[in-house]
Amino acid sequence: MTARILWTHVGALAALLAAHVLLPAYHHGNLARIMVLAIYATGYNIAFGYTGLLSLGHALFFGAGLYAAGLTAYYTGLPGWLALLAGPVAGGAVALALGSFALRTAGVAFMIVTLMFAQAFHLAILYLGRWTRGDEGLVIARASRQLFGLDLADGSVRFLVAWALFALTMVAALIIARSGLGRVMVAMRENEERSRMLGYDPYMTKLIALGLSGAMSGLAGGAYALLFGYVGASLASVQYSILPLLYVLLGGAGTVLGPLIGTVAMFYLIDLASNVTDAHQLVTGAALVLLILFAPRGILGSIRDRFARWIP
Amino acid sequence: MDFGPFLLLAVMEGLVSAAVLALTASGLSLVFGIMRVVNVAHGEFFMLGAVLAWFVSQFVPGPAALSFALALILCPLVVGLLAAIADWAVLKRLNYEPEATIVATIGILYILQQAALSLFGPDARPVPAPVDFRVQLPWFGYAGYKLVVVAAAAMILTLLWVVLSRSRAGLIMRATQEDRDMARAFGINVDRVYAGVFALGAALAAMAAVLVVPITQAHYLMGGDPLLLSFITVIIGGLGSLRGTLIAAIVIGLTDGIVSTFFAPTLARIVATLAVALILVVRPQGLFGRTAP
Amino acid sequence: MKRDDLKVTPTRRDVLKGLGATGAIALGGLSARYAQAQSAEPIRIGFQLHRTGIGASYGRWYERTATAALKVLNDQGGINGRPVEILFEDDGTDPRRGAEVVEKLVMQARCDVVMGTLFSHVVMGSAPRAGELRVPYLVCSEGHHVASGALNRWVLQPGITDVKSQVQSMAPFVTQNLGRKVTMVFPDYAFGHDHRDFFTAAVAAQGGEVIKHIAIPPTETSFTRYFPQIPRETEVLYHVMVGPSVLTFVKELGEFYGSGARPQLFGFIDSLEAVAIDSPGLEFLEGSHFWEGHPRYRQDDAGEHEDLYRAAVGVDANGASVTDPRDVSTYSHMFSVWETLFILKRAMEAAEYRGPADRQAVVEAMEAMTEFPEGLEHPQGPKLFNGRTHQAFGLQSISQVRNGRLVRVHRTAMEDGFYPDEVDYTTMSF
Repeated sequence: MTARILWTHVGALAALLAAHVLLPAYHHGNLARIMVLAIYATGYNIAFGYTGLLSLGHALFFGAGLYAAGLTAYYTGLPGWLALLAGPVAGGAVALALGSFALRTAGVAFMIVTLMFAQAFHLAILYLGRWTRGDEGLVIARASRQLFGLDLADGSVRFLVAWALFALTMVAALIIARSGLGRVMVAMRENEERSRMLGYDPYMTKLIALGLSGAMSGLAGGAYALLFGYVGASLASVQYSILPLLYVLLGGAGTVLGPLIGTVAMFYLIDLASNVTDAHQLVTGAALVLLILFAPRGILGSIRDRFARWIP
Repeated sequence: MDFGPFLLLAVMEGLVSAAVLALTASGLSLVFGIMRVVNVAHGEFFMLGAVLAWFVSQFVPGPAALSFALALILCPLVVGLLAAIADWAVLKRLNYEPEATIVATIGILYILQQAALSLFGPDARPVPAPVDFRVQLPWFGYAGYKLVVVAAAAMILTLLWVVLSRSRAGLIMRATQEDRDMARAFGINVDRVYAGVFALGAALAAMAAVLVVPITQAHYLMGGDPLLLSFITVIIGGLGSLRGTLIAAIVIGLTDGIVSTFFAPTLARIVATLAVALILVVRPQGLFGRTAP
Repeated sequence: MKRDDLKVTPTRRDVLKGLGATGAIALGGLSARYAQAQSAEPIRIGFQLHRTGIGASYGRWYERTATAALKVLNDQGGINGRPVEILFEDDGTDPRRGAEVVEKLVMQARCDVVMGTLFSHVVMGSAPRAGELRVPYLVCSEGHHVASGALNRWVLQPGITDVKSQVQSMAPFVTQNLGRKVTMVFPDYAFGHDHRDFFTAAVAAQGGEVIKHIAIPPTETSFTRYFPQIPRETEVLYHVMVGPSVLTFVKELGEFYGSGARPQLFGFIDSLEAVAIDSPGLEFLEGSHFWEGHPRYRQDDAGEHEDLYRAAVGVDANGASVTDPRDVSTYSHMFSVWETLFILKRAMEAAEYRGPADRQAVVEAMEAMTEFPEGLEHPQGPKLFNGRTHQAFGLQSISQVRNGRLVRVHRTAMEDGFYPDEVDYTTMSF
């Protein structure tokens, strides 16, 4: 790994950490949320950006993590770290299970198969309303949101935990992207047939990528449940499958930092647009169209194309 | 109610769903099949059709049938024009890059939704049916207009079929679908074909909405479900096969109608959703797709 | 009114302009105004508004009602002699954005309290954040979430009766006047499940029976296929639907039964909020009964306060906007915004509220309240407030559709809606 790659990413993490002391309270809180969502986007990017698996069902993995962690914290007295761990475990397991047969399909069929499973999961949450309270959801008591004695409802703790989890995910993504596995993943995206002839197993590579992607998405879901104390069906709706796709495309698919940049951009696009006008969706929509017209490879992707080809 | 009439009602309801779905999905099928563009805003074109139909019904005096007939012609034209503009201003400039068009059409979705909210308002608004009669069967009553919807959709689809398979425009579209570069080499203006296809796709969605709006009302968030359902229909039917789309629409519409009549609705919907996924796992190219994509 | 601008350094120009606050303030006088005594600083109320998303019909009227109530409040001299402003922020009717909006209103716009949320999932999503920020969060939602004990000490619902109480108080009238064998049609999610559970129990307590539950999946747009499930011996069909397709529901019900024999209909007006009852296709509702939180059509016995409230908000005698008769209000819910604002005034004055340090005292002052008499501040009617459960209880109306208008035929007694406490928030820490 070259020094400038290393320092770019260490620098990004350091900047996020510096934001902890520098940002005003409101933006501090926002950034904690953004980092959790960026974990999700990073996970999505592993499947979509690197491996070329366009899924419309990642809300299933995010939701699995959300409910695994949330229901554990809500119904059992198990310690917080176990509930948090349940997130990536559930997300990863569900992704492997789904992938084991969904990966028999590719392209548009894969989009629909993943979409359908996520929809079925969303409906199941509503159907099992006796335990999940469906769309209304559950509030997780503050007492159940402790991690090694730290109160996750506290602003500083929340930010630092979100940062740590994001750092972990980002470093993992960087390592994957630079590893042999990462190169095979990209080879799948670019030309599956040729990599098969070179002796790689496309099915296994894609399954591993989807599993990792699902685990990261589940981690984000679990972190959301515990850090923000709310679990509800709307967080597992089809919108939440589209969101990470949007974040990743906006930031730059197949870049390590792109998902974070895309999440920040989308979050503040909505936040600032609603300061300008009542018709804030108009501003958001127009901004999306303009962004993609002038940076069709996403923000970081376009920068990479034009100025810095070394960005991973 | 006895089983027979129960089944009859389910089939009738299923036919109505199928008719509307077939129209909406055939529009998406054209866009998806010929341009390879995932148009996330397709549902919003549907919504616009319904909302415009309300405006027509409010501001055109005279009998409901007249203003409805006008809406059925006018709304698809306006929506088609809007779509052509979106194609020219945005999609063409993205060179129909699949991923960029997803973001762009999400942007268009936001814009259209906000426009509807600001100009039309957040309430659901009814549009009177052009004909108002009730069919009284021995076991239950049924809205006559729903039968009109089925008939009208069948006519429009037949017309579409004739145009696509018999006319020169249809030939050009199919040629462009087969091989864009080859078509260009033969002197076909591919840009114009794409704009036309995008407009036609949106117009079909709008037409479906005008037909269905007397049954359901216009609402600015009504585009979400038609988008998902037609997307599924197109893939199940097989990408690029209009015949497949139509058959899939009938199958999906009828099963939805029948299954949710007889079983616990939400559970039925879960099972139906998983069934769609399994069909694709077994036949990734869809029911009538030629080869695996 | 123009929406209020939220910036890191708050400029109150837009706000004051929008609120029609008295006295023109020179634009250049910003620093001069900051130099004024602390006590003249306006009290800032953050309003979590469903401006977009599925709750937008309600949101628009909540905004109008809040704006009207604020004008009355400020004309009366504000709170503790201080002027009051409301900052509206759209939550998209989404629970995640809801929590972010609470944060934005409190931390960026420096609001003293947050209020106004209607949809239950947004309340649930936002309440933890309000508790963590230690800011009073007054919801206008009619959900049972507050009184069920699911939330925290900072969340109160003083302006509207919760769904459990509403539903329960309907049962005596339904069983005595309409029939004892009930089939319920409701949406298959939490709001519908509350109706299912509470009404089924309440009917049983009255000696009646719910013979069939028909749960409609969310996002359903056509209903005819569910009607055959209604058992033939049904005497009362209880229907509650929300969302844009409710009109379809009623129309299709009419087509299904036609002029033939049909059960009595009893519905929750939630189905038809913001929808004209004389819309084409709704003729079938003639003669049927509805719960109303607050009668939409001006009743003949309406008092002076009712008329003042109507005029202030801009609602005509038919429950529509005075400027556009097609623009029907969400009359059975929006009064809660008005009443909550005046309760907040009372609580803030009792707590001698000076600044955010007194937020806890506002909650405690509200918990100490017991009664809200009918009047200009409570046009919907008198209410009792249970400080332990943070929930208000009021009188409900049952109206019948007669000649395309809703006419009140029954008003429940306060006791009809009582149920044992499920929580005591006052024992919880802040």
